[in-house]
Amino acid sequence: MTVIDEKSIDYLADKARIIRKYIVQMIGEAGSGHPGGSLSAADIMSVLYFKVLNIDPQNPFDPDRDRFVLSKGHAAPALYAVLAEKGFFPVEDLWTLRKLNSPLQGHPDMTKLAGVEMSTGSLGQGLSAANGMALAARVTGKNYRTFVMLGDGEIEEGQIWEAAMTAAHYQLDNLIGFLDNNGLQIDGPVDQVMSPLPLSQKWEAFGWEVIEINGHDLEEIWKAIQKGLAVKGKPTMIICKTIKGKGVSYMEDKAEWHGSAPDREQVEIALKELEGGSKNDE
Amino acid sequence: MSKKVATREAYGDVLIELGKKDPRIVVLDADLSKSTKTAGFGQVFPERFFNMGIAEADMMGTAAGLAASGLIPFASTFAVFATGRVFDQVRNSIAYPSLNVKIAATHAGITVGEDGASHQAIEDIALMRVLPNMTVIVPADAQETKKAIEAAVSQEGPVYIRLGRSGVPMVSSKEDPFTLGKGSVLREGFDITIIAAGIMVSKALEAAENLSAKGVQARVINFSTIKPLDSQLIIESAQSTGLIVTAEEHSIIGGLGSAVAEVLGENCPVPLKRIGIEDVFGESGPPDLLLERYSLTSGNIEKAVLELLNKKK
Repeated sequence: MTVIDEKSIDYLADKARIIRKYIVQMIGEAGSGHPGGSLSAADIMSVLYFKVLNIDPQNPFDPDRDRFVLSKGHAAPALYAVLAEKGFFPVEDLWTLRKLNSPLQGHPDMTKLAGVEMSTGSLGQGLSAANGMALAARVTGKNYRTFVMLGDGEIEEGQIWEAAMTAAHYQLDNLIGFLDNNGLQIDGPVDQVMSPLPLSQKWEAFGWEVIEINGHDLEEIWKAIQKGLAVKGKPTMIICKTIKGKGVSYMEDKAEWHGSAPDREQVEIALKELEGGSKNDE
Repeated sequence: MSKKVATREAYGDVLIELGKKDPRIVVLDADLSKSTKTAGFGQVFPERFFNMGIAEADMMGTAAGLAASGLIPFASTFAVFATGRVFDQVRNSIAYPSLNVKIAATHAGITVGEDGASHQAIEDIALMRVLPNMTVIVPADAQETKKAIEAAVSQEGPVYIRLGRSGVPMVSSKEDPFTLGKGSVLREGFDITIIAAGIMVSKALEAAENLSAKGVQARVINFSTIKPLDSQLIIESAQSTGLIVTAEEHSIIGGLGSAVAEVLGENCPVPLKRIGIEDVFGESGPPDLLLERYSLTSGNIEKAVLELLNKKK
């Protein structure tokens, strides 16, 4: 397996830090939104958008581009942050999140913002759409890859398991899923609300290749993606152990930060913590 | 009007024809491909046919992903599963992003017959009509089905096409133009207008023929596009005939009758009678007997016309 150099890791860590700052700032500005699950996904998104995805902000509808579907649509701030940082739209547009006339809807709307590959928000639907994109690549003879991110609470939705069967049945080895396993949903720990455990055995039983990693270790994320891309004949699920609210001390591992916005003072504290450096949170 | 062909049969045939012309067409089914008639497409184009198993929600989502990638997916199953069962998937993954998915639902209405109420979609038009971006088509016969499917392919965006299980007589001809969003006047008359859709169009024509013998001249319109609705034609008919009867194989709540009532109420209130299923579920039985049981016959249309005419006097 190819190795990733230290410079790249530093670069990705820097991007992840910027993304987290944007997430906190934009939700603070909006006065509502979902910081916890956006922050837990930030490192995975950073690796995808700044090291893996073959996408071009100047040509967002290129038929050959890689696709990323954010099935856990409430983590929209993480998606908007990487898209802005990647150059799909000006960073200042981030401060319009959830406001009237903004293309940055509370949950992603593909018709309003280039770079958003699928409108999501009603949980459980993104994996099916990603399967469709992966099947379309096969029908049209294209080599693009499709990536999809699911929440560990989201997989309580039955449609996820219908789609899990479909991806394995049609041997979608051009599809890679990320399970953002931060362990919390709105009402509490996932295993107490409606346990989706055991995770890896379930996905394996549904015919997927499963890779388990620390979802905040950039090198592990990158290596897992490389490994997943090499898998033939079946889809890959990368189960990413993450911390909800990662990077903001007062939000970490707290279900109450699933869907509430930080106030002005809390935003300042969070930004100060995130300014602290790029390598201190491994 | 002698030869009876089910609209689902025509659907299966035209899919193959269109599939030959347009490589973007792909078809999904949820383990009912022999009944919905998509199996034929699957045989001719196995690499563009996806059996999704008994998993309609996933089928709709997968269709959305295929459409988002530039293909034109037709997703087929029974109407009851293609609408109510997957309403949120159709709403959020298809209609909201306005994706180019064609939902071709068969076995709509009470003429599903023996399978009973669990399988008889009598609310599908209402469910699909309420969704922004959605076009709703109810072809009246096999010939029109072919044109409707072609029109659905030429139009970008989500389309719901309602098809039936049982044979229906031809009411349109090959030469009749089919324009999405336009009703077509099949018979001219100035005493009353009968606005019908689907299998009720042939019954409306039958009623008009009988009424003619009694000296009543009824205008009969085939309203195969329920959304966008041809409001102009409804208003014009209300103005010229002063009385309207609607007829559909659907609940009187939320379907064609409701759509017509909305237009009349706001623009040109005239006496109206809606023929349809009167807010009840169906039951098992042969299609013809069910149509009688639930008052979906030419006789019921005729009766409604005469009642409205009497009231007017």
